[in-house]
Amino acid sequence: MTTATQFARPTNRPFLDIGAMILRESRRTIRSIDMLVTGLALPALIMCVFVIVFGGAAQRDGHYIQYVVPAILILCAGFGSAMTAVTVAKDMRGGIIDRFRTMPIFGGSVLVGHVAASVIRNLISSVVVIGVAVLLGFRPSADLAHWVLALLYLAFTITAFTWLCCAAGLLLSEEAAGSVNFVFLFLPYVSSGFVPIDTMPSWLHGFANAQPFTPITETMRAFINNTSPGTNGWLALAWLGGVLVVGYGASLILFRRRVNS
Amino acid sequence: MASTSMIVTRGLRKSFRGTPVLENLNIDVARGEIFALLGPNGAGKTTTVNILTTLLKPDAGTASIAGIDVVHDPAAARAALSLTGQFAAVDPFQSGAENLAMMARLAHLGRKSARIRTAELLEQFDLEGAAGRLASTYSGGMRRRLDLAISLLAAPPVVFLDEPTTGLDPRSRNQMWSVVRELTAGGTTILLTTQYLEEADQLADSVAVLNHGTVVATGSPAELKAGLNGDRVELTFETDVAYAGARRLDFGAAAVFDDERSAVSVPSSAPVATTRELLALADRHGLAVSNISLLKPTLDDVFLHLTGAIGSDTVSNAEEAAA
Repeated sequence: MTTATQFARPTNRPFLDIGAMILRESRRTIRSIDMLVTGLALPALIMCVFVIVFGGAAQRDGHYIQYVVPAILILCAGFGSAMTAVTVAKDMRGGIIDRFRTMPIFGGSVLVGHVAASVIRNLISSVVVIGVAVLLGFRPSADLAHWVLALLYLAFTITAFTWLCCAAGLLLSEEAAGSVNFVFLFLPYVSSGFVPIDTMPSWLHGFANAQPFTPITETMRAFINNTSPGTNGWLALAWLGGVLVVGYGASLILFRRRVNS
Repeated sequence: MASTSMIVTRGLRKSFRGTPVLENLNIDVARGEIFALLGPNGAGKTTTVNILTTLLKPDAGTASIAGIDVVHDPAAARAALSLTGQFAAVDPFQSGAENLAMMARLAHLGRKSARIRTAELLEQFDLEGAAGRLASTYSGGMRRRLDLAISLLAAPPVVFLDEPTTGLDPRSRNQMWSVVRELTAGGTTILLTTQYLEEADQLADSVAVLNHGTVVATGSPAELKAGLNGDRVELTFETDVAYAGARRLDFGAAAVFDDERSAVSVPSSAPVATTRELLALADRHGLAVSNISLLKPTLDDVFLHLTGAIGSDTVSNAEEAAA
């Protein structure tokens, strides 16, 4: 044994800590069949279902794919972010969070690791979704600048969604955390993402127009269509900013308050 | 006192939603000592560990590790301690070596010392062969050993073990015990919690018995047991008639009769001699004995014995804190 006087250095090295945590979460993803299927195969399948199965009925001229891709990107971003609720809840159930909290490391680095890994994972799955869409006939008109904007916007959306899911994972049991993805799976359907709101029953119009997935999806659509999102862009930013602040704040509070008894 | 004590608490209090869990807890653990907090579930063992390891803030009182106040300077305290809790802090989706490497990075060990330390610990904890396997394939005992190995990466001077052997089979438990004993050879101070008197007996230099959030007794395991009536010899009679006959005999003032099991037990410091005397007594009266057992003091006995003393102990602790 080395001498007992050799203390761990209480140095502030947040980037080193976060890097270690990102590596940890990446390993978790790569080594879990569940997460690979949910993270990569499912988004591609959802893309296929909407375009091949529903596409014909939704728009007989075959242009539905041009309409629906942004919505599927947002849906998959939410769905993929929800996996973080499960992985965080898993961490909370074991002893590893307490181990991290008693180490001289940057406090929230484990959570930042979860979120950063989620952003990386979901951006990769977004690229897969876009790839499948192109194979199925999707022809976006965005120029490079709009693509960059679209990707940055997507990364921001995933970050906001993931922090909210992170808070849910800190709060909920592992089983309950598993159903967080239903929010992201169903809420987008009642927005302008998949079908225009005026095709819905009129009593749904109020909700569909007011709910966040409408501006969030319309902003994505604008970037992909090489246009400016206008008011929807500001609305989406406000919603996502709110989600980010609430999710991040709640996560930090819940993480600090965690009592193991 | 503070210079030789590695763990000190004074007047520690903590309540959860109005229910007091710790009431005026005072402990002192000397450098290089194995100190056991012994108590039933809900006695406040884990709460004490959580406060000392910076996971919880106390409502009142002070706590320090290696002279560092854990409430005012948690960051410095964290550099001097490690916690191995009741729940495994090992990632099942990483191999043993990867778990160690990740924690070495988080302990800011530096690449070279991380590699040396990891190899050392894998050897010390008999995990070299399994280092490349995912921790999800480990047995319970291996996972605990990996967990403990990880907590020792940065060679902290104070190590907390919260119920280190709960749920382990006897062989893994013995292995764990010998690993813990080796640690103190290097001067490490260890505080462990346990529900098992035997564990405290095997490992601890000193023991504090906790009940309802206060220390009701302290001392070495031998001292604690001396406070009990010690071992008892128990005779079980073959028939109700024989038992009824036995009830009329004089087994001494400390004898305890168990009507349901037709048994009598008496305290004994020399079990062999006592057994002979009891059998001779039964023989003289022609009472058939079906079984003889030696009853060792259990945790239950410690508590039965100590509940009567709680009042006075609490008073003396309070006086000590006030002085």
